[in-house]
Amino acid sequence: MTLSLFALQLLNGIEVGLLLFLVASGLTLVFGVLGVLNFAHGSFYMLGAYLAWWLAERTGGLIWAVLLGVPVMLALGWAVERFAISRLYRRDHLSQVLLTYGLVLLFNELQRTLFGNDVHGVPAPRALDWTVSLGEMQTWGAYRIFTSIACLCIAIGMRQIILGTRFGMRVRAGASNGEMLEALGVDVRRLFSVLFSIGTALAALAGMLAAPLTTVFPGMGESVLVVSFVVVVIGGIGSIKGAFAGAMLVGIADTFGKVLLPSISSAIVYAVMAAVLIFRPQGLFGEAQAR
Amino acid sequence: MISSRARLFLALGALALAAVPASGDRFWMQFLGKAMIGGIFAMSLDLLVGFAGLVSLAHAAFFGLGAYLLAGLSNRYQLAQMALTLPICMAGAAAGALIIGWLSLRAAGVYFIMVTLAFTQMLYYFLNDAPWFGGSDGLYVALRPLSNPIAAYYAIWIALVAVFAFLLLLLRSPFGRVLIGIRGNEQRMRSLGFPTRQYLLAAFVLAGSLAGLAGYLDANLYGFVNPALFGWRESGLVLMTVLLGGKGTLHGPALGALLLALLQQQGERLTEHWTAIIGAVVIAVVLFLPRGVAGLLEARRA
Repeated sequence: MTLSLFALQLLNGIEVGLLLFLVASGLTLVFGVLGVLNFAHGSFYMLGAYLAWWLAERTGGLIWAVLLGVPVMLALGWAVERFAISRLYRRDHLSQVLLTYGLVLLFNELQRTLFGNDVHGVPAPRALDWTVSLGEMQTWGAYRIFTSIACLCIAIGMRQIILGTRFGMRVRAGASNGEMLEALGVDVRRLFSVLFSIGTALAALAGMLAAPLTTVFPGMGESVLVVSFVVVVIGGIGSIKGAFAGAMLVGIADTFGKVLLPSISSAIVYAVMAAVLIFRPQGLFGEAQAR
Repeated sequence: MISSRARLFLALGALALAAVPASGDRFWMQFLGKAMIGGIFAMSLDLLVGFAGLVSLAHAAFFGLGAYLLAGLSNRYQLAQMALTLPICMAGAAAGALIIGWLSLRAAGVYFIMVTLAFTQMLYYFLNDAPWFGGSDGLYVALRPLSNPIAAYYAIWIALVAVFAFLLLLLRSPFGRVLIGIRGNEQRMRSLGFPTRQYLLAAFVLAGSLAGLAGYLDANLYGFVNPALFGWRESGLVLMTVLLGGKGTLHGPALGALLLALLQQQGERLTEHWTAIIGAVVIAVVLFLPRGVAGLLEARRA
């Protein structure tokens, strides 16, 4: 493997990891603060991608699609939290798994009815239709550079909000002790709604940004959900830092696996997860919760 | 655990199921055969969910392993005798459960759920992508151990009754009591000196091999396997069967399997959007019927 190919794969791995982080961070935040394991999280990614395709066809570009689509998904997240997720706060894991599994079935049907079951490509914005050459053979697409930078900005922004604002303080307090937060007079219900719709929008945004790179297809939500679970298990649930580290690790391992060991590439991320489970069952950044 | 009246109903239900082949109706034999396989599958999961308190999403993997092993043995080695293939398939499912369980049980609570799902999905992708298992199209079972539909039906019936009796006895045994104790408070059981992880792993492997039995019977009944058997939708559906019937009751999940089979069949006939119906039913059961149909029957009597 030449140096330039190595560099390209590394950059691709980071980009895949950054997109994955957008999905996994919402999953881990919702679990950390609301205490709900949301299986429908992957559906938001899928709906985001389909929405991006549908809106891009009608408005003439991905940028408009993102600008219009994100508020729609924020609203959807709000509604899902109000009407379904909020009924789960005092319920066991089994109820959470099953109710959100039911939501997955409903969202799949929604996608099938609204957008059809076809596979679609979404063109990248024309302004980003150029490449940077790396060495003699490899080129790096401008859209990939843009996606990586956008995701990185969101990740840094999230860090600043969580560590540096009043809202972030409440989120952290909610993650460590929700009842105490409520007793101190914070409107926890509203906090939960806001947080859940932000998580929804992050997953949908990841789907929208990924649409030009991976095409839009019906099962995309489920595969991203499973990989996000792997990320969260590796990083430690409830930890944003862990989600970032896990997403990077999975993104890079997956990308290099596809180049170096193509025959067993789909198993590599699970092997990483198994290794983490053997040596550090609570995840890299998780608090002790091992059996 | 089961009232005498419920026991009478169960015995009558089992007898009624045994009488179905006498009608000679192929459709009902296939339909009820499938529902009974679902019952075995759901009861084996109830051992984990309802009694040991483990919410596993890996259960479809062991069902699929049992089915694929039969397809492999029959297609590659022309092996079909039940005395040979059934133990191999169940042992294969148990071995899969041992590996996945050993890894997954290192994690507790919500981690366990996610890890079991991830490993199941790994097997799904593996069978879907690897060319020598027929890919996403699946495989036909060339030689079926029981190709006579009446024999296949009775094999399923016997398996259903035997698994029910076995699990009932198991739960009354000291082993079963320990599992129930772990569900109540794992910390306490460990303080009392029980190696809880080993107990849970034993239950996981046992349930996995019974799921393998269900998969074996399914492959025999349909003569066909495909990777969708492994999908997490199947795992979710069987979990839903357990909750619909009533977790922790054993006969409830078997009843749930029958109800779900009816729902699926009617739903498919009524509308092409039947997965939405299943989705809505799952949500409704979680919200309004957390103790399942068995709980409903119990409450009415009380």
